[in-house]
Amino acid sequence: MRLNVLLFATLKERAGAGRIALELPAGEITVAQLRDVLVQQYPSLGPSMPTAICAINHEFAGAQDVVSEGDEVAFFPPVSGGGL
Amino acid sequence: MQPIVDRLEDLTHEEIRRYSRHLIMPEIGMEGQRRLKASSVLLVGTGGLGSPLALYLAAAGVGRIGLVDYDVVDDTNLHRQIIHGHSSIGMLKVESARRRMLDINPDIQVDVYNEPLTSDNALRILEPYDVIIDGTDNFPTRYLVNDACVRLGKPNVYGSILRFEGQLSVFYAKEGPCYRCMFPEPPPPGLVPSCAEAGVLGVLPGTIGTMQATEGIKLITGIGEPMIGRMLLYDALEMSFTTIRIRKNPNCPVCSIPAEEVELIDYEQFCGVPAHDRVETRYPDDLPIPTISVEQLKQRMDAGEDLFVLDVRNPEEWEIAVLPNTVKIPKSQIDMAAFQVASGAQAREQTILAQIPTDREVIVHCRSGVRSENVIETLRELGYDPTRLINLEGGILDWARRIDRTMPVY
Repeated sequence: MRLNVLLFATLKERAGAGRIALELPAGEITVAQLRDVLVQQYPSLGPSMPTAICAINHEFAGAQDVVSEGDEVAFFPPVSGGGL
Repeated sequence: MQPIVDRLEDLTHEEIRRYSRHLIMPEIGMEGQRRLKASSVLLVGTGGLGSPLALYLAAAGVGRIGLVDYDVVDDTNLHRQIIHGHSSIGMLKVESARRRMLDINPDIQVDVYNEPLTSDNALRILEPYDVIIDGTDNFPTRYLVNDACVRLGKPNVYGSILRFEGQLSVFYAKEGPCYRCMFPEPPPPGLVPSCAEAGVLGVLPGTIGTMQATEGIKLITGIGEPMIGRMLLYDALEMSFTTIRIRKNPNCPVCSIPAEEVELIDYEQFCGVPAHDRVETRYPDDLPIPTISVEQLKQRMDAGEDLFVLDVRNPEEWEIAVLPNTVKIPKSQIDMAAFQVASGAQAREQTILAQIPTDREVIVHCRSGVRSENVIETLRELGYDPTRLINLEGGILDWARRIDRTMPVY
């Protein structure tokens, strides 16, 4: 199945792209498994992935939530800037 | 949602004139404006986000605005901290901001707290205010503001920015998730760069800060749909606005327990980073990182010593200024390679780290000495000899200030 993954902020910089099209075996995959696939294909995402937030179709998703064909998946990291 | 503020203050004839464009809208009207006058908002941080917040909330007639900041205005602030001007350089930020706010609106009260927000003073400082707005620059203070708001049952209007992107939400544990529901654990120290390290588009805090001000006014007056339970992700380069629905974590360590049981902790220790975004070096207590001053480095260069100096800044920074004869590898590439080596995906020699020798002294430098210190910690973890990794204290900034005065300071 084909999956579109959106990356924000430092994740986007680390992967070098804000939008990734993933080709995956047919069926379903959990968010936790998807994180592993992303880190395999984009090792630079490794350090940031554990604290990144996942959303499926604009809805916050936990590690065991399931991603299916056609879903839009987004990952975004915590960001701290603002004061200085 | 019900208005956060149930008090009303009478408006004078002058105030009715001043706020007439508000008053003629039924959503605000006399009642909403009287609520605003009776309301109080605390701004944590008077910098990038705090500037537009303070300007617009003062102009909108929020009756009492508190400012927490202990920094002074300097010239690198002015490209985004629009409440401060050239004439305020060197002045306390809270004083500079208060002066400008009272010029915009002399009818309001501005309280200043020229001190860092800490676990000891947070409850005392936050307590008198209806709405808390988080415009800080670091993770420890963000967790502190969140936990104190949960403890006190106050809404926390959250905004955060980096480079070209921003995040916005309203964390209000009574009605929805808190910051910890989203980010239960802080990211590892050094992983998420600060604006001082990674830069920020000057307009960006204006975009996010004005949206925070909007949310504050909505909460006070009870109009519209507040951002409770939603997180906005804004990308200025794409000009895209993505809204994610977020939910309360039933096991949240903070907002799932009774509010009065929420204890404020040592947030610097929790996050492993200091509670400020200033460029300052810090050393682990157990094994100090050896340092060299710019004067010592210059002396050794002049003596013709064969030195290995590693510049870990970004390529954009190399274009601004460089030290002579350096090897240049951005910190991001070092981090990436270190991760691959640490995870066993690649041997050190196959990565860019092969360019950094293990058998001789390596002097590491960045802009101010923070990133170089992080790089040294990373290299130490990979087995580099800790006594041979030397941090250039004060980075190229010190070089520009003390050695080569023709070099630009950025």
